[in-house]
Amino acid sequence: MCLAIPGQIVEIADDRHVAKVEVSGVRRQVNVALLDDELAPGDWVLIHVGFAMSRISAEQAEEQMRLLRMLGEDAEAMAELEGYGFGEDADGRGAGARKADA
Amino acid sequence: MTSEPVTAPNPGRPPAEEADPRRRVRFRDPQIEMAHGAGGKASRRLVEGLFVPLFGGALLDPLGDVAHLEVDGARLALTADSFVVRPLVFPGGSIGELAVHGTVNDLAVGGAEPLALLVTFVLEAGTPGEVVEAEARALAAAAERAGVAVVGGDTKVVEHGKAEGMYVTTAGIGRLDPRLSLSPRSVRPGDRVLVSGPLGDHGITVLLARGDVDLESDLESDTRSVYPLVDRLAEAVGPAVRWMRDPTRGGAATALNELARDAGLGIVLAEEAVPVRPPVRGACELLGLDPLHIACEGQFLAVVAPEAADEALAALRAAPGGGEAALVGEVRESPRGTVLAAASYGGSRVVDMLVGDPLPRIC
Amino acid sequence: MRYVDEFRDPHLIRQAAAEVRRKADPERHYRFMEVCGGHTHSIYRFALEELLPENIELVHGPGCPVCVLPMGRTDDGLALAGRPEVILAAFGDVMRVPGTHGSPLEHKARGADVRMVYSPLDALKLAEREPDRHVVFFAIGFETTAPSTALTLIQAKARGVENFSVYSNHVTIIPAIRAILDSPGMRLDAFIGPGHVSTVIGCRPYAFVAEDYGKPLVVSGFEPLDLLQSIVMLLDQLAEERAEIENQYGRVVPWEGNPAALRAMAEVFELRPYFEWRGLGFISQSALKLRPEYAAWDAEERFDTPGVRVTDPKAAQCGEVLKGVLKPPQCKLFGRECTPERPVGALMVSSEGACAAYYNYVHRRSEAEAAAAARA
Repeated sequence: MCLAIPGQIVEIADDRHVAKVEVSGVRRQVNVALLDDELAPGDWVLIHVGFAMSRISAEQAEEQMRLLRMLGEDAEAMAELEGYGFGEDADGRGAGARKADA
Repeated sequence: MTSEPVTAPNPGRPPAEEADPRRRVRFRDPQIEMAHGAGGKASRRLVEGLFVPLFGGALLDPLGDVAHLEVDGARLALTADSFVVRPLVFPGGSIGELAVHGTVNDLAVGGAEPLALLVTFVLEAGTPGEVVEAEARALAAAAERAGVAVVGGDTKVVEHGKAEGMYVTTAGIGRLDPRLSLSPRSVRPGDRVLVSGPLGDHGITVLLARGDVDLESDLESDTRSVYPLVDRLAEAVGPAVRWMRDPTRGGAATALNELARDAGLGIVLAEEAVPVRPPVRGACELLGLDPLHIACEGQFLAVVAPEAADEALAALRAAPGGGEAALVGEVRESPRGTVLAAASYGGSRVVDMLVGDPLPRIC
Repeated sequence: MRYVDEFRDPHLIRQAAAEVRRKADPERHYRFMEVCGGHTHSIYRFALEELLPENIELVHGPGCPVCVLPMGRTDDGLALAGRPEVILAAFGDVMRVPGTHGSPLEHKARGADVRMVYSPLDALKLAEREPDRHVVFFAIGFETTAPSTALTLIQAKARGVENFSVYSNHVTIIPAIRAILDSPGMRLDAFIGPGHVSTVIGCRPYAFVAEDYGKPLVVSGFEPLDLLQSIVMLLDQLAEERAEIENQYGRVVPWEGNPAALRAMAEVFELRPYFEWRGLGFISQSALKLRPEYAAWDAEERFDTPGVRVTDPKAAQCGEVLKGVLKPPQCKLFGRECTPERPVGALMVSSEGACAAYYNYVHRRSEAEAAAAARA
């Protein structure tokens, strides 16, 4: 149900239903008939059982990475504050119970 | 559809091996499956549960690929291996080369200098003469490069429809290297695990060459003799080498699980340190396979004492063909009999022995 | 690997995990269900539970299409393989699933012509290469995979390939989620929503989870950072007392889904009135059958199958594990009569199955550690 991998289009066949897609140096013919949009070599698609299911949005991926990087910044800022020794967080919430180290 | 449901038969008795990794296994399987040849648990049941008890326990404990014999003061090593690869020819090699390298490598990682081979062919009637000639040439060339003499053998022909072209078996003899003394029992917590190069090239190459999964790549089999690298390792840090194995069927995971079980210790791999070429990784991600379960035919794993680890790595890296060697893990006291792979962000997972052949998945 | 490695960045994973620990309210015990078996697999493969605080519990859901298939359906497929003219083509996931008389691999070892394929198109190509045989494709999967089967059938019809048919075991995810929510005694706070199914159906179909049941659901990707970010989003929703459907996997999942995929499915498939799911019982309108226009390519129309209902052995608790009521090691057969080598139920076979994931990635270690502790 779930195993789908990002691959990059290297070539599109004349009938526009089949493309050659590359994943980390491995290439496969993939049916792209499920994607209505105009595809071009260089585009990235999600591949599942020999079909392209979705186009991968570089903008969304970059936006997501930006948000993920920011997660850390907040946490680092918090750690700095905690380092000043104010005691508990302003809203009284701690860091959540921690699992014992394995 | 009938209205009365049937209940599936109650499960039978559990396999004896699960509770204690070191307990003797038993072979009670009603029929032979492909899994019995895959190098994982089923193979172990067949070999250790059926063959070992019948053929002579003492000589085979702990079970390695190579037998040691002392004959009038000469310390010899003996091994045999059979080759049933499909297709016969694949990028980077063919069955003829595998037949030489497989046995030469068993001798090398068994601590012996390979000297001579016996080769048996089982040929299928109808196989084109030029196919047989090509393999004979490939085998002869590989033997010459590896510095071993082919001193004899046998040939049989079976009817069309059997042997899929040809099966080859090689038996090899070597001289035990006095610089090396290998045993899982000499492995200690703190010892380091080395690999000679990237994992999985051979297995993925052959899988792709079969054409079932319709993937193309520039990958080639890694088939080669590892003796020159073993030789360098022995010269640099000989007494510090505890154990070696070539990760063929079942991959590095199976070889290391066998070590963990035989030594009664745990092994932790650093997931990111294990070298894997990008196309192997790509194929594994696409098919849902783990590179640690994929066969190599030209690499080996070694466990060395910690104080010798850096020198061992340097010696391999400086040798031709050893440039991608890496330190990939460490032996620990626990969890006993278990191999773990740890990610650098802190999580770790158990790496189990292979169950059956690696099957691509879609889920 | 692009679009994969960035989402496995160890530094960012540590940061995201710290954020989860920061946001989890120590006064609460959270139960989040990940519906999709692929998420279960990721959670174990990347050891994500080790990064979570103890008060966040991940409950494994029934989104593993191999796991929910009752044994009788596997038997029916294997009965087809028993016919001399038939080649049964199936995904690798199916090959070790236990039927009453053994798995497809075991049947193959006894002479049945069972072949593994990576794509339904490969099964169709096989039929074109073997005109004297009949290829039956054993189709499984949720809506992620059904469009691919549909396109393959459309091609088969267009090309007039007569020696090809599909044995459809496609199931749909929404009824399964609803069945979980309606399960008496089920206590869940929120859902980590299916990732790849959503590329086809979009995010709208999950609206009922928030609107009717008041639970948050975040559609999630499969890499460690995706799952951690999804958990952060769920924690935020719960802290703010919101219940919404959110899409964390926006780089791949379009809110409206994939219209071409939905069209292909609608052309080829219709909903069965009901279908039996292991663990969840009979659910109406939850599985796909070929439409009458495609009857010539429907294996169940072309062939008679025994159609015997087979229930799991009484001792097996597959159903409860599928619903998240029991954790794998709590099943009486786990690790004893039921192991990946000798599976009793499909949850121990499928690499997405909760039992297989737990067994392969966790159990061996905790057993070894317990044994070590006992000896100490």
